[in-house]
Amino acid sequence: MSRYLTLSALAVLFLFPLVWSGYVSLEEPSNYLEMARFGEGIDTYATNSLLVAVMTVGGTLIVSALGGYGFARFDFPGKNLLFLATLAILMVPYATILIPLYVLLGYLGLQNSLVGLSLVFVMFQLPFALFMMRNAFEALPRELEEAALVDGCGTFRAFWRILLHAVRPALITVGLFAFLASWNDFFAPLILLNDGSSFTLPVAVVSMTQHSFGAIDYGMLQAGVMVMAFPCLILFIVLQRHYVRGFMSGALRG
Amino acid sequence: MTLTVTRSRRAAHSAPSARWRSRKVQGWLYAAPTAVIVGVLFIAPLVLVGWMSLNRWPLLGQATFNAPANYLKIADNPLFLDAVVFTLKYTAITTVLLSGVALGLALLVQERRPGVAFFRTAFFLPGAVGFAAAGLLFYGMLNNDFGPIDPMLQALGITSEPVKWIGTPNMALFSTITLVIWRFAGFNMLILLTGLQAIPTEVYEAARSDGANRWQIFTKITLPLLRPTLALMLILSVTGSLLAFDQFFVFTNGGPDNSTVSMVMVVYRDAFFRFDLGGAAALSVVLLVALVGLNTLMMRRLR
Repeated sequence: MSRYLTLSALAVLFLFPLVWSGYVSLEEPSNYLEMARFGEGIDTYATNSLLVAVMTVGGTLIVSALGGYGFARFDFPGKNLLFLATLAILMVPYATILIPLYVLLGYLGLQNSLVGLSLVFVMFQLPFALFMMRNAFEALPRELEEAALVDGCGTFRAFWRILLHAVRPALITVGLFAFLASWNDFFAPLILLNDGSSFTLPVAVVSMTQHSFGAIDYGMLQAGVMVMAFPCLILFIVLQRHYVRGFMSGALRG
Repeated sequence: MTLTVTRSRRAAHSAPSARWRSRKVQGWLYAAPTAVIVGVLFIAPLVLVGWMSLNRWPLLGQATFNAPANYLKIADNPLFLDAVVFTLKYTAITTVLLSGVALGLALLVQERRPGVAFFRTAFFLPGAVGFAAAGLLFYGMLNNDFGPIDPMLQALGITSEPVKWIGTPNMALFSTITLVIWRFAGFNMLILLTGLQAIPTEVYEAARSDGANRWQIFTKITLPLLRPTLALMLILSVTGSLLAFDQFFVFTNGGPDNSTVSMVMVVYRDAFFRFDLGGAAALSVVLLVALVGLNTLMMRRLR
């Protein structure tokens, strides 16, 4: 019983900030109306965030599913080197590589672009995603694709029509991680985007505190917090089984 | 690994055929998008940051070779040297407290009992919230005029006047660490749970039948068997804390009086406020080498 009392007290401590933020933001509905009108308008920022998330999730899934299949089922020269290079992304501090990325995206004409930002997110997601997808494909029985090949499918058709469905749990996990990372990230968009109309939600909402010369409107600020946090909370609660399984299957032991 | 090698060799010997060659090409085609992303967005910037660090590289305008000026400059950068000390202090305190809290939570929810799933979710849920959102949430919650914490503490008689949560260097550090623990304790708890669940129940049963008490079981069995997982958590926490940026940028903005400026914040300011990308690149290279070295060292010592 005392265990449940401790747990309940702790749960109150952990949930209190979220409940408080939701409560004060809703206390006056005008908080949301004012927040929506901030800067270029919340719809602009939310659309940007959503676009980046869609491109990041899509890009990560495509690259890691193809790569994962290639690594699980084929041998080719340079395979081990490429795999190690991908895992090395984990060793490199996020911040130290963003400044050269800023310059590099300039050369590629992708500075201040949501596409460029998404590509950077895909790169940062790749070690985990490729590792997950390779393991998922390796766990599939070879008979599955051999049957498809006998039926006259090319390997790509077999991959597309049959194998992708078989690794759907891994795809969902990888997609969820990619969504949370791209939706929530603050540092990369802060550096790579420099025009207000291309800001994502975190950069835009943080700028509410830094561009106001008078008093900060805290109610409006919490409305912004809720707009950022709500999709993640819902998505996590719905998909948490996949998230936790991602952990268990060694996502973090790579 | 050996299996793949022998298989490929046999395939290459028995059939230098079109089929084998086509499988090699196919493998490359599947891996090509990965190779492009890794090559263009990871390897190239790594090389570029090294090159930038050897040049005077203004935000706008022409770069000129000036090695090793950017590196020599680091020794004369008092803000960076202060930031190193501050970041190390922050990392030490955060890692100890975060590990302690996460271990406590993991032990409380490790057994499958009714309701435990709810508590796990409750502890993890802050982890789904981004750092920018979490920072702004605490910024509001700890505000002296608007936030609920000061009135609550006063009503309980714990404090008699509003606390300067981010107004003094020590309180700013304390408040930031509280924010970080709130956000990451559940995440670290999940890592530890995977380790706890890998310990076979027979080991506990054997210990219990030998008459070991709970404390003995914890120190003699749980902790040693949890070592690899604890090591992983420590590495993630140390690396994450040494590279802290968001929490200080959003929550304390480096203040008061630059007392909470982290190393990465100096890199950011050098690049985008002082427009000195070369200097920022040199700092990046130093951080990069230090962290890769530290990670290697930690993995060797802890595993």
